[in-house]
This record gives sequence, structure tokens and C-alpha cells, in this order.
Amino acid sequence: MAFEGLADRLQSTIKKITGKGKVSEQDVKEMTREVRLALLEADVNFKVVKDLIKRIKERAIGQEVMESLTPGQQVIKVVKEELTELMGGENSKIAVADRAPTVVMMVGLQGAGKTTTTGKLANLLRKKHNRSPLLVACDVYRPAAIKQLETLGEQLTMPVFSMGTEANPVDIATKAIEKAREEHHDYVIIDTAGRLHVDNELMDELQEIKANVKPDEIFLVVDSMTGQDAVNVAESFNEQLDLSGVVLTKLDGDTRGGAALSIKAVTDKPIKFAGMGEKLDQLEAFHPERMASRILGMGDVLSLIEKAQTNVDEKQAKELEEKMRTMSFTFDDFLEQMGQVKNMGPLDDLMAMIPGASKMKGLKNAQLDEKQLSHVEAIIQSMTKKERQDPSLMNASRKKRIAKGSGTSVSQVNRLLKQFDEMKKMMKQMTNMQKGKKGKGMKFPFM
Amino acid sequence: MGFMDKFKNRFKQDENAEEVSTKYKEGMKKSRQTFSGKINDLIARYRKVDEDFFEELEEVLISADVGVTTVMDLVEELKMEVKRQNIKDTKDIKEVISEKLVEIYYGDDDEKIEGLKLDKEDLSVILVVGVNGAGKTTSIGKLANQLKSQGKKVVLAAGDTFRAGAIEQLEVWGERAGVDVIKQGAGSDPAAVIFDGIKSAKAKNADVLICDTAGRLQNKVNLMNELSKVKRVIEREVPNAPHEVLLVLDATTGQNALNQAKTFSEATNVSGIVLTKLDGTAKGGIVLAIRKELNIPVKYVGLGEKIDDLQEFNAHAFVYGLFADMLEETE
Repeated sequence: MAFEGLADRLQSTIKKITGKGKVSEQDVKEMTREVRLALLEADVNFKVVKDLIKRIKERAIGQEVMESLTPGQQVIKVVKEELTELMGGENSKIAVADRAPTVVMMVGLQGAGKTTTTGKLANLLRKKHNRSPLLVACDVYRPAAIKQLETLGEQLTMPVFSMGTEANPVDIATKAIEKAREEHHDYVIIDTAGRLHVDNELMDELQEIKANVKPDEIFLVVDSMTGQDAVNVAESFNEQLDLSGVVLTKLDGDTRGGAALSIKAVTDKPIKFAGMGEKLDQLEAFHPERMASRILGMGDVLSLIEKAQTNVDEKQAKELEEKMRTMSFTFDDFLEQMGQVKNMGPLDDLMAMIPGASKMKGLKNAQLDEKQLSHVEAIIQSMTKKERQDPSLMNASRKKRIAKGSGTSVSQVNRLLKQFDEMKKMMKQMTNMQKGKKGKGMKFPFM
Repeated sequence: MGFMDKFKNRFKQDENAEEVSTKYKEGMKKSRQTFSGKINDLIARYRKVDEDFFEELEEVLISADVGVTTVMDLVEELKMEVKRQNIKDTKDIKEVISEKLVEIYYGDDDEKIEGLKLDKEDLSVILVVGVNGAGKTTSIGKLANQLKSQGKKVVLAAGDTFRAGAIEQLEVWGERAGVDVIKQGAGSDPAAVIFDGIKSAKAKNADVLICDTAGRLQNKVNLMNELSKVKRVIEREVPNAPHEVLLVLDATTGQNALNQAKTFSEATNVSGIVLTKLDGTAKGGIVLAIRKELNIPVKYVGLGEKIDDLQEFNAHAFVYGLFADMLEETE
């Protein structure tokens, strides 16, 4: 029942492929099927999934994946790229009207989180943009909705404009703008009642408010847990009101949030903010790329793959493998490897990107001390060329010299020599093991 | 007699069937139009039952939020059935599809309509839980109204002390339904409010106490622990209580609804679901998966914003609502 990330889903298919020299069209088909299921499980609308899969298939059947050494990872990369592209870039700007006040209208279904988001947005405008917003309570239908906004206004010490539940929402909005002008508020945020997108009467009311107050922004507030219906909701609100952006709420939950992708795909309007908690300062700029990873259920392993790809030269990696096999791995190679790993970023960050690494006991306590690494580097650099090629040359006086040169101690030099020896033994075992199944999913140069 | 006729007759024998069916048909009009419309369209377009047909059928079901796993299982079963009965024409598969879907709804005990399990002699306690914005307070208002109209003395406890305006919202519903609301100030301990509610309900000799709680996302461990505590207080103060723990579920929710049902069950042992906002285009198909995987029945559905728009869940009517077009066509 638990959701599987795309990576897990692809595991079995990848296993089948490993060992084969080439990836067949059938393999790609199987992989795209897994991609499809993963996306559907994440609540991405099936039509959106269909289009995506078509594009992914085209790219996958092309050279990109089939000729790659790591087809599984390549598929994930292609999927991620397509998702990220569809999600668009980051955009958390809020319009500023030529003539104050700037009017923002909040719309959406019941229970999406409009009123809370109204409060959060006002807070953000004041804190980050140094603005003075006026909140407007236009939800005259839901019991105590006005009271809710008033309470939020109190918590924020911000004025709330309301005219009770008997007034017409269109009048309330119009009068609020006048009031904002009088009192020199530079933003007006209008909280409207939640309504179903198929409720014509209430949708007309929104259009009327829009015609009267001419808002600079109309934000659709959407619950990130919404399922397949997100498409219909976003489409009708957009058709009738021409939205300017979307706010995704309740993203601090454990939903995969495929709705985000669906909404972006059908409206092509930017998702600007994300609600990340119940407190009034928990409204954040929306990060499309992180959302793409979340939808795929794969943590940040993608960033790790990307880092590995940009920093590890495929040719070098192959040479290394050859050296491992022939046992001609030297301290020079070791140094090179360390350089590549270091290029990928801080070790702790790398570890954090590996899914499940935080749960592995041994790794959790492992000392990932960058300083130790630089000690190792210094020791190797204090060796002569010959010593690096052939550690068996080492004797007491050489060790003393190296320790002195690197600012370490003889015992540290000894430890490194021992570790290097053990590493070579391990490599031998690994290469023997690998003889059976060539080309493992992904090769880390330092393994 | 074909399956459809049997199904229809069975439904029509229900008490108040006419009235209930009209409500469901009206309320679920949007859901139905898209869902069975799509199936009909699908059958019209594909004359032959083949892989492409099944793929599209998958999509139709998925579009109703039925859930990937459930859909895959269902389609697998359908394929077997098609083989077994040697069905080639899509027209003939229609009945099989409905039959299988209905099977999931009904499970093994197909005739049972599960209402609320309340204590007839003593105070019954209903605990209402769910994520933010699902419609807990509104559903409580509607439920209070319904129970009161059945001649029960109802008391509400305003256990959502967190969200701004939540207490006031419940008070308005209390007024509308004409029932008492027990409350403390905003920010007070919800368990204490519920405790007060129980004392007050006992003193007033009430039949039913409905406890509102603050909406919470199921992955917030602290908040879920708070909910367990509320439940423990109820257990301690009233024997056999809570008689019902209702999870309020927004029909527009996708696959996350399964997580919700599972986690809320772990914390409070959910006994039934109130499926809200079914009057939109959302179909709430995820209740199929929830019923199948966790065996939690749906007890009520919210079909509109009016106080009497909460209907006791009637599996027959629900399926009838989804398939009404198809059923009428076969007449």
C-alpha cells in the first residue's frame, strides 16, 4: 500500500537489463510503464501522464537511454527533466499595481485553505516586501468565516474589512478598495467563499467581484492532496477568471502532490507559493524542481546522480575499473578519486541525498570528517612519485619524512598505508564478484 | 433476469428508495455524467475487447481516483472474466465491469447498510477526526441536525481549539440545529474540552455527544498523539465509548486518502468514513480502495451545503448514482 518511489519501481526492470549489452525497445516500454504507474500513484492526472509518457518514450527509444551505460538512471533523468520542464521555473513574484492599492483575490474550493493562506500572504507581504495589506472578508456563507479572518487579523495585528454576513460580497469588495485608498493600504487581499467550480451562481459572483475590483492577481488556492479532479477544478476556475497564479496548500503533509503537475499542465499558470504548516509564517516560495522529485518519490537522489554525472568522467571511471581489475591501483589514482568525490560537494550533503542513508546505523555514526580527507591528501602528496606507485618501498625513515612533510604523525601514515592495502584487497574481491554481472547500475568511483 | 435488473430491483425495494435515489442522483449528477459517460463512450468507441480497450478502461477508473492498485487488480480480474466467458464484444463487458465494481463496494456482506452504532439506552459518543479542510465541523452540524430530527438529544463539544474561528463555526451550526455546544477558550487543551463535554452531556442526560477536533495532517506525530489522548479520555469516562470514530474525507482527495485512513485508524481506530463534497465533479473513488484495503465502511456522504445535505451512506444508492445512466439505458 505504501507508495513506491520511481527508483524502487524501476529496480526490477533495471535488474533484468543489467547483464544485457543493449537495451531493447521492449525494455524501454516496460520502464515507461513503471514510470506511468508511479506518476498515477502520485495523483498526476492521467491525461497529463499520457502526454508525458509519450515524450519520455520518444526520448528513451532514441539514443539517450538505449545507448547509455546506465539505462535505468537515464530513464529517471529523462523523466525528471520532463517533469521539471513542465513545472516551469521558480516564480514567487506578486504583482504591484501602478496605482495603489494592488488587489489580490483568493479563490478555490471549500476547505482548500483560502482564509489561512490570505493571512499568510498578508504576513509575507508585510515581512518581506514591507507592505501594509488590508484583509477583506468576502466569505459571507460559511459560518464564522469572517470571524476566522478577523482572528487571523488580530494575530497579525492587521486590519480586516468586513460588513457582516448580510452584505453582498461584490459590495464588500468594492467598499474595501475605497477604504484601502482612504487609509493608504498598498495591498488589498480579498478572501472569497469556497465554492465548487460547477456552481454557476457562485462562479458568477466571483466574475462580478473581478469586474468590479479589477484585481492584479487572482490566486487559485488548491489542496496539494487533491486527486484526479484537480484538472477539472483548475481548468474551470482558470476559464472563468483567468487566474494569475496558484497557491498549493498542505504541502507539509505526506502527499506526493501530483496535483501540482496537473494544474500547471492544464492552466500553464505558475504555482507561486506553498503552504508548509499551520503557522502564519509558513508560506514559502514554490520550488518546481523539488516538487518534481517529490512526485517521483525519490528524495534528492537525482541531485546526487546529476552531481556524479557532472563530476565523474566516464572515461576516467573506465580506466579506474581497469586498474582495479589488474590491481595496478596506486596512490595517484587514489588521490584523483578523492578529488572527484570532493568535487561533488560536502560529504554530509552527499550522504543526506542517499535515500535511507539516514536510517542506516553504521553510516549515521560514520565520521565524515572533511579534515581527515585533507590529511590523507597531504600524506599522499608528501610521498615521492616512486612511493606513490609502489607502497612496498615504505620503511621507517620514509614514513618519518612523509609524516614531517604532511604535518601528521607516523602512526597516521601507517594507518593510511594499512587502509590502502585493505582497500586494494577489497577491490580485488569486488572485481572478482563483478565478473559474473558486468556493468552495475551505477558506479561510484570511490567504491 | 440480467444482473442490471436484479441490481435495480434490489435497490428499488429499499425503503424511501425513491427519495434517497433522487438525492443521490441530483447530488452526484456531475460525478455520474463524467464517469459512466466515459465508460459508455469507451464502449461505443471500442467494438472489440482488446489490450487498448483495457488500457483506456484503466484510465477511466483511475480518473475517478479509484487508485492504481485497485484498478490494476480489477482490470486483471476483468481480463480473466472476459477469457472465461469468452467475451469479444465490448457491449457484453459492460455488465461485467459494473458487477466487479459493485463487488468491491459491497465486499462479502452485500446487503448490509452500515448505519451508526449508537447506544440505545445510554450516552453515545462520536469522535470526528480528519485533515484540515475536509469538512469536519460542517459534517458535525449536519449530523447533529439529523440525529436531533430523529428525536435524540444531542450535545456538541468544540474540540477544535486551534484553528481561528472554529469554535464560533461550530456554535453557528449548534444554533442552526438547535443543540447545545460545550466550549472553552481558543487554545485550550482539546482533551479538557471533550472531558467537559462528556460531563455536561451526562448531566443533561443527552443521547449523543459529537466531539469536533482540529484538522491535522496525518504525518504530524505530535498532533496524532494528541488525538489518541482525546480518545483515551473518552474511553475512560464513558464505557464502550467512543461508539463511532468518524474520519471525514474530502471526495476530491487523491491517493493520500489511503494514508489518511490508515494513519488516523492507527491513532483512533476509525469506525467509519464521512465522504464530503461529493456534489462536485470528484467521484471519491478512493473509498473503494479504502474499503478494500482497510475495510472501513463509508457511513455518510455530503452532497451539498444545506443542513439536510448529509445522507446516510447507502452502497446501493452510491453505485446507482455512479451507474444510473448505464442502468437506465438497459431498460
